[in-house]
Amino acid sequence: MCVVCGCDNPGDRHDHQHGHAAPDAHVHADASNGDLHYGLGPAGVTVHGIDQGRTVRLEQDVLGENNRHAGHNRQHFAAHGVRALNLVSSPGSGKTTLLCATIAALRERAPDLPVGVIEGDQQTANDAERIRAAGAPAIQVNTGKGCHLDAAMVAAAYGRLPLHDHAHGDSPGHSHSHDHNHEHEHGDSHSHAHSHAHSHAHSHAHSHSHDHEHGHEHGHVHSHDHSHTHAHAPAHAGAPQRPHSVLFIENVGNLVCPAMWDLGEDAKVAILSVTEGEDKPLKYPDMFSAARLMIINKIDLLPYVQFDVERCIAYARRVNPSLQVIRLSATTGEGVDAWLDWILQGGAAHDPLAERISALEAELASLRALRQRDGDAA
Amino acid sequence: MHEVSLAGGVLAAVEAAAERERFARVNVLRLEVGRLAGVEVDALRFALEAMTPGTCLAGARIEIAEPPGRAWCMNCHCDVSLAARGDPCGRCGSYWLQPNGGTELRIVDMLVDDA
Repeated sequence: MCVVCGCDNPGDRHDHQHGHAAPDAHVHADASNGDLHYGLGPAGVTVHGIDQGRTVRLEQDVLGENNRHAGHNRQHFAAHGVRALNLVSSPGSGKTTLLCATIAALRERAPDLPVGVIEGDQQTANDAERIRAAGAPAIQVNTGKGCHLDAAMVAAAYGRLPLHDHAHGDSPGHSHSHDHNHEHEHGDSHSHAHSHAHSHAHSHAHSHSHDHEHGHEHGHVHSHDHSHTHAHAPAHAGAPQRPHSVLFIENVGNLVCPAMWDLGEDAKVAILSVTEGEDKPLKYPDMFSAARLMIINKIDLLPYVQFDVERCIAYARRVNPSLQVIRLSATTGEGVDAWLDWILQGGAAHDPLAERISALEAELASLRALRQRDGDAA
Repeated sequence: MHEVSLAGGVLAAVEAAAERERFARVNVLRLEVGRLAGVEVDALRFALEAMTPGTCLAGARIEIAEPPGRAWCMNCHCDVSLAARGDPCGRCGSYWLQPNGGTELRIVDMLVDDA
């Protein structure tokens, strides 16, 4: 009997490649004489069809790390009543001008509502300057070569906004969760002072402060995890609730990449101006599918351009049947009231029940598809 | 380009696994990038190959499965294939579609060497 494959022709020089499993993936069987060779791998003779090594199953989402940060952001925003809106568009659609107009309008409509902005661009702090001039705090995030903001950047920037302190001051009766991840990589040795104070004067008062001195040698990666756990009773789901504060995240001008990077926002708002093509929603379907609201901006210019608003909306509804639409002009103010309504009512200006029904329908659809596919396979 | 960010994410996940599972080298890395995931597979492969020298992924064979797009058509109540977002249902022509396949972007598993 052949010791390799157990067949009954031990005398023959036969090929052992007839479909049996190798006794051990590391073993190479010599076809000419039956010798077994262990320990040969990529460095030695490669055996066609047999890969070395053990399998490590990861089954991990590539964007898992970002989604984890986004999840923390989302929890934090929900716990503190922050309406976080991720504004996405091509460069030049009028996002910053719209934000300045929005800040002014919100100050009229709801003067006690704190507003903050996180500005994303490759370079310059120009946009953040304009926002501050309009009267709202802003943190500029310069991505350098990066083409989109990610959730970790948003967490870091949000922590620097006075909005953050407001949120803690205004929300009585809860404890909160807070993840501060500080990662420092230093090429040279130097010392680093880092202080962070946090106090709350309300029914569940607790104070929290850190003072750190770090001396580093080069090549040292240093990270902190500060967390304390958190219980919060959310307001009844489904009813539009007025936010305690509003965070606008003006993403880098890019209709492609931001679609994939969850920041932990309540909703993505896609801004399209009438000086762009009306078929943009078809050209950038991922972005318009990911958005909850599309703002058609610069409508004051409609008499001067060939832009068919109804056709644009029809195209957008093709890639996203439940997309909401608001038409406005940041410069004349037309439509801004509807936009404010949408912000303050949590984007449920139409019908929260209908939204719940479509979410359930989508889930039902997925389950039915799964069942059908299993049925087909059987 | 964000495929570079994604490749960075893949490398970070593999390196974290290497530390956890204590392996030295990856021979085969298997990824799943669905056709509706919005990722350009060639660019991702290029970015990965550019980043792997000197890491535990150096020399690894990278296999990328591209599950086809599928969606549930809420108009004709069928599971249909969907080549791209924004396409109509192949059976009834409606655009009322809910993607339910081909949206994956994940690391499935790896064949590793402990030495």
